[in-house]
Amino acid sequence: MKDKKWIVLGLVVFFGLLLFPLAWNMLVKAAPAPEVVLTKKAKAAKQCVMPKEYMTSEHMQLLDLWRHSVVRNAKREYVNPEGKKFDMSLSNTCLDCHSNKEQFCDRCHNYASVRPYCWDCHIDNPKGEE
Amino acid sequence: MKSSRRRFMKLAGAAALGLGAQPVIKAVAPASEESPQPVIRKGSNALPAEQWAMVIDTRRFHSAKDLEPLIEACHKIHNVPHLTNKNHEIKWIWETHYHNAFPGNPNPYQSEEVEHRPFMVLCNHCENPPCVRACPTKATFKRESDGIVLMDFHRCIGCRFCMAACPYGSRSFNFRDPRPFIEETNPKFPTRMKGVVEKCNFCAERLAVGQKPACVEASNGAIVFGDLKDPHSEVRELLRENFTIRRKQNLGTEPSVYYIV
Repeated sequence: MKDKKWIVLGLVVFFGLLLFPLAWNMLVKAAPAPEVVLTKKAKAAKQCVMPKEYMTSEHMQLLDLWRHSVVRNAKREYVNPEGKKFDMSLSNTCLDCHSNKEQFCDRCHNYASVRPYCWDCHIDNPKGEE
Repeated sequence: MKSSRRRFMKLAGAAALGLGAQPVIKAVAPASEESPQPVIRKGSNALPAEQWAMVIDTRRFHSAKDLEPLIEACHKIHNVPHLTNKNHEIKWIWETHYHNAFPGNPNPYQSEEVEHRPFMVLCNHCENPPCVRACPTKATFKRESDGIVLMDFHRCIGCRFCMAACPYGSRSFNFRDPRPFIEETNPKFPTRMKGVVEKCNFCAERLAVGQKPACVEASNGAIVFGDLKDPHSEVRELLRENFTIRRKQNLGTEPSVYYIV
């Protein structure tokens, strides 16, 4: 048992490293969630395709469903529970209102460190609004 | 535990009771499912068809110049890049020589006029598409609802098996980022990215809003588009009245693009 002190030291270092992220999170405050900016058009519309909470948390699932439905099943019309019709198109419906990609999409995506590849193909701000 | 006839009967009885109780539970449970759900449907203007097909009247085209506006119309609305390097070229519709469009053993002493006509070629939207069988990710597929051989660019991994499988060379690969080579971008239609294959989509996005494909519209009636499975369609009428040929028909892919010669 003459290596006792080394074993203890090793354990301390190991658990120190293991628990460091937890301690760090307790000590340091997380950066505040970014505020997204709505364009005038988006504000005027009052509600997006679905309620705000749903859109915040589920927009990726909604877009995935839209993509599948449009491309695979040729069904392009979305009628929301309020009975309002939408053309299921990222380029022509979503980005028409949300023409401010930097202030709307990117802010959250950067914060959450997600890099969706939507804009590799879809052109943001299709109507060239301010 | 020993199984016995008595035990089995007990279990069966309990199961039957459980099944019988299901509608009662459903009726009593809070009606949370009753809130209106979004509906996904076809637009009211969408053109319906079982299998879209195209009949090209080659008698109406005399030189490559006559095809230019058609190609231009297609490539413009679909953001097809213009790359001058032949190895990187992207094309949805293009003009080709008779011998390239219809290879094989041509008869000698054929009509020179026919041989020198420009032939417009594009994806044939085959009824039995070999590209679809080759695709490992189902990025390209034959759409059940209207028979269009379509691509889901999101899924394409750029393996190019489909290009090897297509006997018509209808598919192009984006070796480079296409965006800098698009002269005039149509913001309503997405571009593609580096590393995906692309081809003609029979203007699926236009059919969905009740418009005929762009090349058909630009052809002044030289190209007719319609449902192959509808015996009263304009396409079927033309096929009845004219002798038509299809590209490499002996391969069994059943192309949906017909040529009146």
